[in-house]
Amino acid sequence: MNQIFVKLPAMKKIFLAGILILVPTIFFNESLVFALECNIGIHDPSTIIFCDGKFYTYGTGGTSLISDDGWTWRRGNPLPRRGLAPDVIHIGDKYFLYIAANTGPTKADINLLINKTLDPNSPNYKWEEGGVVASSDGVEDCNAIDPGIFLDSNTKRLWLTYGSYFGYIRLVELDPKTGKRLNMNVKPRNVAINSEASIMIYHDGWYYLLVTHGSCCRGADSGYNIRAGRSKKVTGPFIDNMGVDMLQGGGKLFVGSSGRVIGPGHFGLFDLRDGVQRFSLHYEADLDRGGASVLDIRPLLWKDGWLVAGENLKEGTYQIESLRTGTSLELAVEGFPVGGRPVRRGPPPSVSDTTGTPANNAIPPGGGIFAGIGKPIPSQDVAEVSKQWTMGNIDIRMSNYMLQAQQKWKIEPAGNAGGYLGAPYFKITIAGTNRTLAATTGGELVALPEFTGSPEQLWRFDQLADGSWRIMPKAIPGSNQPLVLSAVGSSFATLAKFDPLSEKQRWLIKMP
Amino acid sequence: MNIRFLKHIALIFATTLLLQLLQTNFKDVAAQTAPFTLTKPTTPEKVPNVDGFIQRWLILEPIAANGLTDSAVQTLVKKEQFSNQLTVIPHDGDIVNVGGAELRWHAVDTLNYNVNLFHFARAQGKKTSDVLFWVVTIINCPLEMRDVRLSVGSNAASVWWVNGKEVIGIYGDRQAVIDDGVSRRLTLKKGQNIIRGAIVNGGGATDFCARLLDANDQPIRNITVSLGEVKALSAEVKRAKANAKFQRSNAASKSERVSYSNPSIKFN
Repeated sequence: MNQIFVKLPAMKKIFLAGILILVPTIFFNESLVFALECNIGIHDPSTIIFCDGKFYTYGTGGTSLISDDGWTWRRGNPLPRRGLAPDVIHIGDKYFLYIAANTGPTKADINLLINKTLDPNSPNYKWEEGGVVASSDGVEDCNAIDPGIFLDSNTKRLWLTYGSYFGYIRLVELDPKTGKRLNMNVKPRNVAINSEASIMIYHDGWYYLLVTHGSCCRGADSGYNIRAGRSKKVTGPFIDNMGVDMLQGGGKLFVGSSGRVIGPGHFGLFDLRDGVQRFSLHYEADLDRGGASVLDIRPLLWKDGWLVAGENLKEGTYQIESLRTGTSLELAVEGFPVGGRPVRRGPPPSVSDTTGTPANNAIPPGGGIFAGIGKPIPSQDVAEVSKQWTMGNIDIRMSNYMLQAQQKWKIEPAGNAGGYLGAPYFKITIAGTNRTLAATTGGELVALPEFTGSPEQLWRFDQLADGSWRIMPKAIPGSNQPLVLSAVGSSFATLAKFDPLSEKQRWLIKMP
Repeated sequence: MNIRFLKHIALIFATTLLLQLLQTNFKDVAAQTAPFTLTKPTTPEKVPNVDGFIQRWLILEPIAANGLTDSAVQTLVKKEQFSNQLTVIPHDGDIVNVGGAELRWHAVDTLNYNVNLFHFARAQGKKTSDVLFWVVTIINCPLEMRDVRLSVGSNAASVWWVNGKEVIGIYGDRQAVIDDGVSRRLTLKKGQNIIRGAIVNGGGATDFCARLLDANDQPIRNITVSLGEVKALSAEVKRAKANAKFQRSNAASKSERVSYSNPSIKFN
């Protein structure tokens, strides 16, 4: 299927890198919703890394992207080496960046670059060559490109996986102090086959090897998809969910093409702590951006011991339900049943009455209090219902979800309000109104009559490992504490410190 | 007097005896009502239970009510039914006049985490449906406590005040769920703090539970509850308690679902 591209993956990537320098200015300056903002053209992005208040990622061809908030990106300084699919890690006071170069088909080197900072404006910004840490000779069953770096938090040992289709994905150990190969005489270990963009992560007692299968570098015709296997040992064997060894082509699908994006590849983990994880990747083709290759950052979830690719929140009208209590966020106003309060009707009609369609409130066939009104009941009209609401601030509470207007929340990007890693700040309003959820002094909640864009009205949504959401205001008046939406009781919500072990701060965002 | 007449007499006697037995049985069942969960306070102070639930309250005999919606309940509790209803600190045995009826405040300790208002009202021979219960308790804090929350559950709707400030309103036909309605963060002063509640029941069972939570949502237990002087137990209540003790020992497994109907059993 991907033979054409398997033959010359490196050339394809280099060609693409040249295109990427031009494409962003054509397509990416438009402010688009639900993809990262501004300049996000990149191919084979490295794991996103945070340095001195900024996020960085590096791609094939020496490209780099910088962001102040993780949402709005701009082009960064090129690397001194314009190689393939770099990866970067921060250990101690150094940043180790690994970048590959093909010098012939399957003949390649992975070079180490070292810097004390990633900030080009810092006086300490200076890339130093660290030498070759892995290579392939053009004959052996491996193509030494696509480095993926992994620091084992258990052992503090540093590992590098690499390889691209021609044979095996290989594993070597590096020196965490220098970033260099620990022992050149130790033969690299094969851990997977027929894939590329490998990288390892550790989670809950397992080592996971992520690789990208399928073809790259052909836009919307790219079959890229990210797969995973796992092992109790860092050295493998890495087995997929069906028991197939990745050395024999195994790999459980983690993320494939969907929606308007095609060909996801090059996984990179960004751990926000407290159980909040994101992963970076690129799509070979974003149809909304002319089929260009772009960066994305998505929530990383876990289920039954396997990674699950979360989705960034999409604009819509939602029910916001507490995982702890099962009750939903609402305005503290008197609710009215959808369709009006039920009225006790007369006895069931006689047989002769049960023909034809009931009109208005006529007793429908069957009669009685369980028969309804005999015709569809429209959804509640918020314009009508909200006439009963006070004009000023309204308290926030929680209640059983009853499809009522004060329980339906419109969640949408705030617009020009910046964002955080992978997503924009959102505003949360009662659908069909301007009633805006806001944080108050003292860490409580209120619905304001209008959205003004102030920080306490901007909300961040972080999807947690179980798929529920953590919801957090950008700012709280009079406080610098990072508090999140919390169900302190069945019928009351507040802002409180996030406890990753509690369900109080976990929310389900449901379609109403 | 013939045989037929004697049979009639015997039948009437037997029927009367059976009814008496049944009535006696109902009386016995009824007598266990209040003491099973509600007792007269016998100590000057009481600490919350292990989960922080406040188990000592002053409860006013129920007032007629109608409606559980936000507006119905708010209108009801804001309407003056007796003097200083939102500020008075009642004492056990105090009597207030509500619409011409004399209603009495009762000091009670509950054996459970909740206060069973259904039992309370039935023991008074009062209505349990479409009624409003006023409840008050006095919390003694050894020192000022910040970022405290009042946390309640009620069947059905209820409104709550702490030191005169309305802090919770939960409405509709609902069950008493622990930590259902929770106040915003508030400060309890050193010394006495007054918690006041108004619980409105529509129909069926009615009860409430309340506790205070600290800044970490943990129950507060280093407080005491005292209601002032509690009137001496009347002979009637003593009899009821003794009877209930007897019933417990003989029918401990009887369900609280049994109908209680003896209006003569009161706390004092």
